[in-house]
Amino acid sequence: MLKQLLASAALIACASAASAEVKVGLITTLSGGGAGLGIDTRDGFMLAVEEAGRDDLEVVVEDDQQKPDVAVQIADRMIQSDKVDLLTGIVWSNLAMAVVPSATAQGLFYLSTNAAPAQLAGKGCNPNYFSVSYQNDNLHEAAGAYATSADFKKTFILAPNYPAGKDSLNGFKRFFKGELAGEIYTKLGQTDYAAEIAQIRASGADSVFFFLPGGMGISFLKQYADSGVDLPLVGPAFSFDQNILQAVGDAALGVKNTSQWNKDLENESNAHFVEAYLAKYDRLPSLYSAQGYDTALLLLSAMDKADISDKDAFRAALEAADFASVRGEFKFSASHHPIQDIYVREVIKEGDILTNKIVGTAIEDRGHAYEDECKM
Amino acid sequence: MTPILIAEQVLNGLQSGVMLFLMAAGLTLIFGVMGLINLAHGSLYMVGAFAAAATAAVTGSFLLALVAALAAAAAAGALVERLVIRRLYDRDHLDQVLATFALILIFSEGTRWIFGSFPLYLDIPEALSGPVTLPGGIQYPLYRLFIIGMGLVVAALLFWLIARTRLGIRIRAGENDREMIAALGVDIARLYTLVFALGAALAGLAGALVGAIQSVQVGMGEPVLILAFVVIVIGGIGSIEGALVGAILVGLTDTLGGIFLPQIFGLFMDPAAATQTGAALASMAIYVLMAAVLVWKPTGLFGAKS
Repeated sequence: MLKQLLASAALIACASAASAEVKVGLITTLSGGGAGLGIDTRDGFMLAVEEAGRDDLEVVVEDDQQKPDVAVQIADRMIQSDKVDLLTGIVWSNLAMAVVPSATAQGLFYLSTNAAPAQLAGKGCNPNYFSVSYQNDNLHEAAGAYATSADFKKTFILAPNYPAGKDSLNGFKRFFKGELAGEIYTKLGQTDYAAEIAQIRASGADSVFFFLPGGMGISFLKQYADSGVDLPLVGPAFSFDQNILQAVGDAALGVKNTSQWNKDLENESNAHFVEAYLAKYDRLPSLYSAQGYDTALLLLSAMDKADISDKDAFRAALEAADFASVRGEFKFSASHHPIQDIYVREVIKEGDILTNKIVGTAIEDRGHAYEDECKM
Repeated sequence: MTPILIAEQVLNGLQSGVMLFLMAAGLTLIFGVMGLINLAHGSLYMVGAFAAAATAAVTGSFLLALVAALAAAAAAGALVERLVIRRLYDRDHLDQVLATFALILIFSEGTRWIFGSFPLYLDIPEALSGPVTLPGGIQYPLYRLFIIGMGLVVAALLFWLIARTRLGIRIRAGENDREMIAALGVDIARLYTLVFALGAALAGLAGALVGAIQSVQVGMGEPVLILAFVVIVIGGIGSIEGALVGAILVGLTDTLGGIFLPQIFGLFMDPAAATQTGAALASMAIYVLMAAVLVWKPTGLFGAKS
C-alpha cells in the first residue's frame, strides 16, 4: 500500500512538475503504530493542495517510520537532491528536533503541522520556522484552565516519562489552581495502567488529568472504564481524536478534552473542509487532518503573495497568515506560533460514530509561555 | 499505603505475570526444542489480537473471538514454520534473528495493509465487565481475575501436556537429543511444526485476552516480546516451570517497582524529583532482577546445567 501511496503522491508531483516553482517536502509517519496520525496529516494537506489545483506547486511525500534517524536522512535527501524549498509534516517532537534546526539553518522554511516543542518556541526560535498547529504546551494549559473553571480541587495527573510528558504536566500545572492528589510519570509505551488506576482510587482525588497519546490512551481509557473508578477525566485532544475514538469505544463517552479545532466549529472554511474530507476519504477528519489542511492553506496564501525565491517577502507573506483557517480567525505571534482560542470538547455519540462536540472555551487568545525567550 | 492498595497491586502484578507466561511459554518451548530464536513471536501475539477484534466485530461473541485468535495464530505459526523457519534450524542464531526480524516487518505491514492504520476496537464481554468486591474490601475488575484464572488453567494444561502425554514425551525428548528421536522414527519435521503452532497459539491467546483491555494496534507485540525474553532468561531457557516462575517474578517486580520505588524515594527527596528518579529506576527494575538472577544462577532459575 505504501508503494501505491508514494506512487500516487509521485503522480500528483509529476502532474505539476512541468513548471513547479515551489517544491515542498512532506515528511510524516506512514508506517508502523503511529501511521494513523501521519496519514491524516498527509490527507489533510493534500486535500487543500488538490483543491487549489496549482501547477506551480509540487509535493514530495516520504515516510519517516517515526524514527529520528530516518527523518534526518529523508530531509537531507529532499534538501540536497530534490531541492525542496520548504519542509513540513512531522508529527513527533523528537523527530522535529532532529530535522527542523538544521533545515532552517540551511535557509529552508519549515511549517509545522503538529510538533511544536518548547525548544523551538523559545530560545531556539527561527525566522524560517512556523508552527501552524500550536505550541506543545497549549492543550495541556487549556486542560488546566478548564479543571480550574470546573472547580476541581484535587486532581491526579499522569503522563509518560519523556520530554513531551513533562511539558504536559508542567503546562497543566501552569493554569491549574487546585491541589494535586498525585503526580505520576508512566513508562513510555506502557500498556497496562492497573497499578496507576489503583493509586488514583486510593489517592482521594476528585478528578484525573492524563496525557497518554496513541495506543497508551486507548489502553488507559478502557481499563479506567472497567475499574469502577468514576472520577471525571480531563485530557488534551490526542486521546480523543477522531482516528482513535472508535477503538476506545464507549469508555470515552462524556470525557472532556481540550482542542484548538473541532469539526463543529462554525465557519465557512471548516464546513467546507469537513464535507470535502469526508467525501474524498470516506472518514471524518481528525485534528491532524485539520492541521495538515490549514498548513497547506497557509502555504498557498503565501504563494499568492510572494515568490519563494525572495525569502524575506515570502516570510512576510507567511507571517501575515492571510488564509481562511478551519479554526476561524488565525494569527501568528512574534515567534511564529498561533495565538488562538482553545476549546473544551465532550465526547458524544452521533448515531454509531463516536465524535466530539464543543462545549465551551478553555482559554482565549492563548500564545505560549516561551514567547519572551525568543529573540529574532 | 494501605494493605488494600498493596493487595490490589499484587493482583495486578500476578495478572501481568500470567499473561507474560503465555508469551514466554511458547518462546521457551520453541527455543528449547528447536534451538530457534524467534523474534516474530510478538507478531503472533498481534495476529491473535487482530483476529479476535475482527471476529468480535462481526459476530459480537467474545468466546468466538478467543477461538479465532487461537486458530489464526496457530495457523500463522504453522505457515511461517513451513515456509520460513524450517530453513533456519541449521543456521547460525544471527541468521535466525535476521530472518525473524524480517518477519516482524512483514507481519506489521501486512496487518496494516489488511486492517488499516487505525487501532481496532475489542471490548470486554458484558458478563465480565466492571469491578467485583473481593474479601477484605478490595475492588478489582472481574475481567482481570478472569485473565488470571485463564492463564493458570492454560499453565496447568501445558504442564499436563508436557509431563503426561505422548506429544509431551516427544517434546522433552526433542529438547534432549534431536538426532536420537529422529533416529527412533519420530517425524521431527511434524513435531517442529506442531510445537511452533502450539507456541503461536499461546501467544495469540495472550494477544486476544490482553487486547480487550489494551489497544489492538500494529506493533503491540514488540514491547511484550522484550519482557518475554527477560522472562525466559530468568527462568532458564527451555524450561516451562522456569517460564512460569520467571513471568510471575517479572510481573510482580514490574508492577510493584513502578508503584513503590517513587514512594520510597519520596521519603527523603522532594516529590517531583522522587517521581522522576523512581520512575526511571522502576523501568530498570526487571533488568536488575535479571542480572541478579544470572549472577546467582548463570543458566537461569530452572536452566539445565550447561
